[in-house]
Amino acid sequence: MKSATFFVSGDSASVSVGADDLVRAIAAEAKRRGIEARIVRTGSRGLYFLEPMFEVETDEGRMGFRPSGTMAECVTEMFDSDISPKARTCLGLMDDLPWLRRQERLTFERCGIIDPRSVGDYRFHGGFLGLERALGLTPEEIVAMVTDSGLRGRGGAGFPAGVKWNTVLGAPGDVKYICCNADEGDSGTFADRMLMEGDPFLLIEGMTIAALATGAAKGFLYIRSEYPAAIAMMRHAIDAARAGGWLGVDIRGSGKAFDIEVREGAGAYICGEETAMLESLEGKRGMVRAKPPLPALEGLFGKPTVVNNVLTLAAVPLILSRGAAYYRDLGMGRSRGTQPFQLAGCVRNGGLVEKAFGITLRTLVEDFGGGTATGRPIKAVQVGGPLGGYIPEELLDLPADYEALAEAGFMLGHGGLVVFDDRVDMLAQARFAMEFCAHESCGKCTPCRIGAVRGVEVIDRIAAGAEPAKNLALLEDLCTLMTDGSLCAMGGLTPMPVRSALRHFPDDFRRSAAAAE
Amino acid sequence: MTVVATPADLADRIGHILAEHQGTDGACLLVLQAIQRAFGYVPAAALEPVAKALSLSHADVYGVLTFYHDLRRAPPGRHVVRVCQAEACQAMGARGLTEQLARRFDVALGDTTKDGAVTLEPVYCLGNCALSPAVTVDGALYGRATEFLVLERLGAVR
Ligand SMILES: Cc1cc2nc3c(=O)[nH]c(=O)nc-3n(C[C@H](O)[C@H](O)[C@H](O)COP(=O)(O)O)c2cc1C
Ligand code: SF4
Ligand code: FES
Repeated sequence: MKSATFFVSGDSASVSVGADDLVRAIAAEAKRRGIEARIVRTGSRGLYFLEPMFEVETDEGRMGFRPSGTMAECVTEMFDSDISPKARTCLGLMDDLPWLRRQERLTFERCGIIDPRSVGDYRFHGGFLGLERALGLTPEEIVAMVTDSGLRGRGGAGFPAGVKWNTVLGAPGDVKYICCNADEGDSGTFADRMLMEGDPFLLIEGMTIAALATGAAKGFLYIRSEYPAAIAMMRHAIDAARAGGWLGVDIRGSGKAFDIEVREGAGAYICGEETAMLESLEGKRGMVRAKPPLPALEGLFGKPTVVNNVLTLAAVPLILSRGAAYYRDLGMGRSRGTQPFQLAGCVRNGGLVEKAFGITLRTLVEDFGGGTATGRPIKAVQVGGPLGGYIPEELLDLPADYEALAEAGFMLGHGGLVVFDDRVDMLAQARFAMEFCAHESCGKCTPCRIGAVRGVEVIDRIAAGAEPAKNLALLEDLCTLMTDGSLCAMGGLTPMPVRSALRHFPDDFRRSAAAAE
Repeated sequence: MTVVATPADLADRIGHILAEHQGTDGACLLVLQAIQRAFGYVPAAALEPVAKALSLSHADVYGVLTFYHDLRRAPPGRHVVRVCQAEACQAMGARGLTEQLARRFDVALGDTTKDGAVTLEPVYCLGNCALSPAVTVDGALYGRATEFLVLERLGAVR
């Protein structure tokens, strides 16, 4: 062997558990053996439970390896085995891994495979085909395709993307904006981050198509400050795309102009709410705006603005290149296409699973997730971030679908599933929901600003066993008030985790009361 | 990184930052973020020149400064340890980890040790929820974090 090509994820989560050390181990051992090692830093495949791991190019495809002892041992063994499954640490061919094979990777088809810093690699793997198609269409035709695909917003609310784009397209005015929401504050979610770090040109392509569809010339990408690697990667990709003629004053000779500016958040969860994000982009406090006016009509600096989540925009290039029907044919009911689900928390196999809507939560958590990380029974799965409900184990046969979950009193949100084993105290989780709301409330309306603080106090009294019946009734009232009286979903949905805990895990609220008696 | 600046130096560098953002619409947050990058926090003396340059009131600028959890009004410790407090990390023992670190450093969450060595801060999700619990040590992200890992990292950078 004279040379070999290695792929090691440069994704920040992979690096957080040693991917850079692995690169050094490979380079050192290859050098010792006089083998020329080409090491490509890809994004992540989303197989976080196997990290740190690496892949080697072979005639049959990429072969995966995962150190069990030291990294150096694994690398030595890999070379000694002539890069074959004879090595104990070999995972086999990546394409054969059931965990990947059973997914339907559309948005994440390239993530973990290509070099995210290379426009050429993106192109080679089918990138920019959607944009090329869009450049030959009228705005109305692009909007029609997105509408026909059934694509709904992936930021949480599930609003049809085509309808929103059509409003912006029809809004009067020369100045319009595309704002991509990459605030991804929900616990248990990391798909936006993974995509920005692993396939940044896809997001640029999606934003550019949105601009062509609505007549916007400027885009903002609002990325939370907790994601420095994503910020750096997107800035690099925007510069590279501009240099390649995919952004700028004359996109690929079409005469159409669009450019993107990255803005960094400053650690406020509420700035993921679209109007608070617009305020923040305007440099102000992230205070939620009353709607109407809709951002689509009066958004950033009062101009018509598309606000979409990263995954919404990243789904668009494929809809353009393969057609609306291709996307629409996947999914169930009114939830069309695929959803990148994120398995997190106390789960054995944490990572990203992209599947068509309709897969059950149990399949996700038990088949893909392999149950809890501790091997203990699952007690609850929080779906949809800090504003999402705690779903008890008995209800895990619910399908992952916007309507089905809503009917059962839950929500899909951004597709994060946080698994808890039987050691979790649901009273503590309900308290945290209120505490988080109090911490992150923008303060504009009373039910949220004051209600959340009261919520913590009431739950503390319940925990202390003080007049439990009275305080439980008070907590219910407070939840109703917050649900009905809050201006936005921060205060409006905080009762969802609280109530789901009360309803499905009443013992956790009684135990402390009983102990006090 | 915290930089101790003389008043003249401070005025000079803030002037620089303001010049860089001249003509940018809604630059207040951008300017405050840039000031924090330069000094490690936003010194009180920065408010007046920022307000003046952006034609805002002192209260406007102060309002932005106090709204965002990232923006600091006092210098942090020499090292900053952030421990994720959000649900996925809770499910993997973040509460216990936080208590261990608070005890070890003898500091409350959100505070800086008396010797100024370490600031221990909460953070709500680092996007590393599949490898929880997650922490950052001086900005570097770690997954499957333990007290030992944090101490080791601090030792390595000290
Ligand atoms: C408290 C709160 C936080 C939110 N956080 C996010 C977020 O981090 N990312 C996101 O895309 N949408 C978030 N949303 C939803 C946005 O308000 C908005 O619906 C979304 O960005 C629209 O894009 P979409 O239609 O593509 O989903 C949040 C909403 C609320 C109420
Ligand atoms: S519900 Fe909370 S976050 Fe939303 S506008 Fe009211 S105070 Fe602000
Ligand atoms: S919840 Fe801790 S990293 Fe996401």
